Amino acid sequence: MSARAAVHARSLTKIFGDVIALEDVDLDVPAGQIHGLVGPNGAGKTTLLGLLLGLSVADKGTLEILGVPSGDVLSVAHGVAGFVDSPGSYPGLTARQNLTSLASLRGEVRASGDIDDLLDRVGLGEVADDTVRGFSLGMRQRLGLAAALLGKPRLLILDEPANGLDPVGKRQVHQVLTDLADSGATVILSSHRMDDLAALCDEVTLLATGRVVFSGPVSKLEAESGELDYRLVTSDPAEARRIAEEETSLTLVAGRKQAAGDKPALVVRGHEAEIDDLVRRLVGAGAAIRELGPVVPPLEAAFLALTGADDQELTR
Amino acid sequence: MTALTLDEPRRTEPVALRRGYRFEMVKLVSQWRLRVVLLACLLAPAIYTAVVSRQTTLPADAVYGRLMNQSGWAGSLTILVFMGTLALPLLTSVVAGDIFAAEDRLGTWRHLLIAVRSPRRIFWAKTLAALTATLVLLAALALSSVVGGVLSVGAHPLPGLDGHQLSSAALARTIALAWLSVVPPTLAFSAVGLLGSVALGRSPLGLLMPVAVALVLEGVQLLPIPVALRMALPINAFLSYRGLTTEPAQLSALWIGIAVSLAWTALATFLAYRIFTRRDFTNIAFDGNASRFALVGLAPLVALAVVSTGVIAAATGAVGNGVERVKLESALSTSFSHLYVLQTERLGRPVVTEGELHATAACDKGGERVEDAGPGADWRCVVTWTLPGATAEGNAIYQLDVLPDGRFTADGDGPKEVNGFFQVRTPTGDAPNPLWQFDGLVDLLAEAKGQE
Ligand SMILES: Nc1ncnc2c1ncn2[C@@H]1O[C@H](COP(=O)(O)OP(=O)(O)OP(=O)(O)O)[C@@H](O)[C@H]1O
Ligand SMILES: [Mg+2]
Repeated sequence: MSARAAVHARSLTKIFGDVIALEDVDLDVPAGQIHGLVGPNGAGKTTLLGLLLGLSVADKGTLEILGVPSGDVLSVAHGVAGFVDSPGSYPGLTARQNLTSLASLRGEVRASGDIDDLLDRVGLGEVADDTVRGFSLGMRQRLGLAAALLGKPRLLILDEPANGLDPVGKRQVHQVLTDLADSGATVILSSHRMDDLAALCDEVTLLATGRVVFSGPVSKLEAESGELDYRLVTSDPAEARRIAEEETSLTLVAGRKQAAGDKPALVVRGHEAEIDDLVRRLVGAGAAIRELGPVVPPLEAAFLALTGADDQELTR
Repeated sequence: MTALTLDEPRRTEPVALRRGYRFEMVKLVSQWRLRVVLLACLLAPAIYTAVVSRQTTLPADAVYGRLMNQSGWAGSLTILVFMGTLALPLLTSVVAGDIFAAEDRLGTWRHLLIAVRSPRRIFWAKTLAALTATLVLLAALALSSVVGGVLSVGAHPLPGLDGHQLSSAALARTIALAWLSVVPPTLAFSAVGLLGSVALGRSPLGLLMPVAVALVLEGVQLLPIPVALRMALPINAFLSYRGLTTEPAQLSALWIGIAVSLAWTALATFLAYRIFTRRDFTNIAFDGNASRFALVGLAPLVALAVVSTGVIAAATGAVGNGVERVKLESALSTSFSHLYVLQTERLGRPVVTEGELHATAACDKGGERVEDAGPGADWRCVVTWTLPGATAEGNAIYQLDVLPDGRFTADGDGPKEVNGFFQVRTPTGDAPNPLWQFDGLVDLLAEAKGQE
């Protein structure tokens, strides 16, 4: 297993003063996988990615990257690249100069064609010779990705790469990462948004306050969602409310204040099967169903439920 | 590449220092601020010397300032005065004071660490890059200061600070050595800049550390402090070039200045290195810790100043502030003799030599009630000499303003035909009177020999 694993981590713990940033984190990422790291702000994503990049060492636990056990700070396996928090670039240099100087710093002689190609792939071909000073957040993010790709990495670590990207940019980045994974490299990226990662990642790890609350394929996460809130619009709201109240396995949730002109909707919480029952009874009672759907998409709901963020959400 | 080599597990090597250095240079050169500074260093001294040399009011407060209209070489020596007081510490602030702080400002530490994989290499690459940039700027200043003056008023001989004539060739050599002599203290302030930059991150205090240290030391230097302490401060090394213009040259201060500067350079660089390599780079909010810095950054430098004061005191046996009546009288009479010979030449009178004049000076400070020692503007001296074949003695009076650093300004107080007027009438028209006002230098470290 570990020979094929790009990352193999056991009980990683990282403590800053009295903040436990990571606690007993296990992580297994097979080579060639795109692995997502999700969690709310302060969950420990950046800290974990920093450990993988060798920027710091764990206080406890073992970590093996590309078959190399982690040692001192900054000593990591060859072929690991990426950034945490936000990618670095030098504003006085152009996009191209940032890449060429970085390549020659690392002693990678790259044909200028390679760098042009890289800039094109991340969508910066047009502005290759503009100084980075004038770049937007998204453009800097793209440049950071290009810089991380310079050394043909075997493990790419990206902290919130979608930050500041427009939809086209996101698609480009997804394409680049998918290509990279297809060529056998491993990608680990983080986001605080589930929907960013669902389409891209083979597997995700959910972090909440430094602990792993879920790790596995996205489809399995969806099944974890359990009870969901459904929004229901019928032809007979009063009757629907009565029937829903009778259904003991369901909870009626006080929905948001409805704006004038809004269709009178009901929000009920329950498992999928119970909702099926409710629909059958409503139809039996002659109420037509006009709208029915989860208030929050299942993945998001699972995310909220597992990270404990939904409690705050609803008590607000 | 084969699959085998690809899969072979190995660690990344830190990048070579040479590559790190080149990367730092690329970043430095890309800074518009540094380009502006280089342009200023190339132009400002040349423009200043070219313009001021042609003015009627000259910066007489600066050594050689009053001679700027007489020789282009004086311009470069005048610029050197400003270098030590503020320009070079400021320059080191801009370069060394910023080289680490820039990464804090841009938030690029982790980017750089991931690329280089060694804080030590980063430290040395940055230190060498700052050194290179500083030396380039210094060379630009030196070159520009010479070019401006020489183009504007030409290369003519000038008297040294003991009055003896320096030919153009000797001046060129002296000026080259003088600019070289400010390199060690510049390095010392650069190292202080590195220390501030490393220890205080983005905070402006870190950036301005060399200037702050220079201002404090200059304040101390204005006081009549003991010679040993004066010599132990790196700021004094900016002044020691003045000893190169005398015959014989006053080299003790020069060598001590170089040794002190190198000691400061080594210690401040070491402290910066230690702080830097122990830094936690995972914390992006890092902005230094001023109280810790005072302890691990400034206290050792203060200790160094104390220790070197002791060493210098023991090695030279120097006590007191070094401005003594006997030394002042000897410096004044020497300068007077040399400049009298020059005046004789200008007037086309029969040739005399310094030796034939047997000039002596008698100085008194502040009248009867004041002790005749130490710096002050209240020195009054009478120079006495005899011309070969003449029976009567010549007498001339000078008011002296003696500064704590050993430099003095002698202002002629008559008689009118010797030193009371700023011009002399020569066969070819009016010429500046070399005896009217001149600068001199007391060797603070010299032992006061008994009466003559
Ligand atoms: N250098 C540090 N010093 C002290 N505390 C730190 C440090 N780095 C991280 N922390 C703390 O560790 C916890 C995890 O932080 P981390 O940056 O890993 O979270 P994150 O999941 O990346 O959050 P975000 O989504 O906001 O980027 C936070 O409580 C943070 O305050
Ligand atoms: Mg983060």
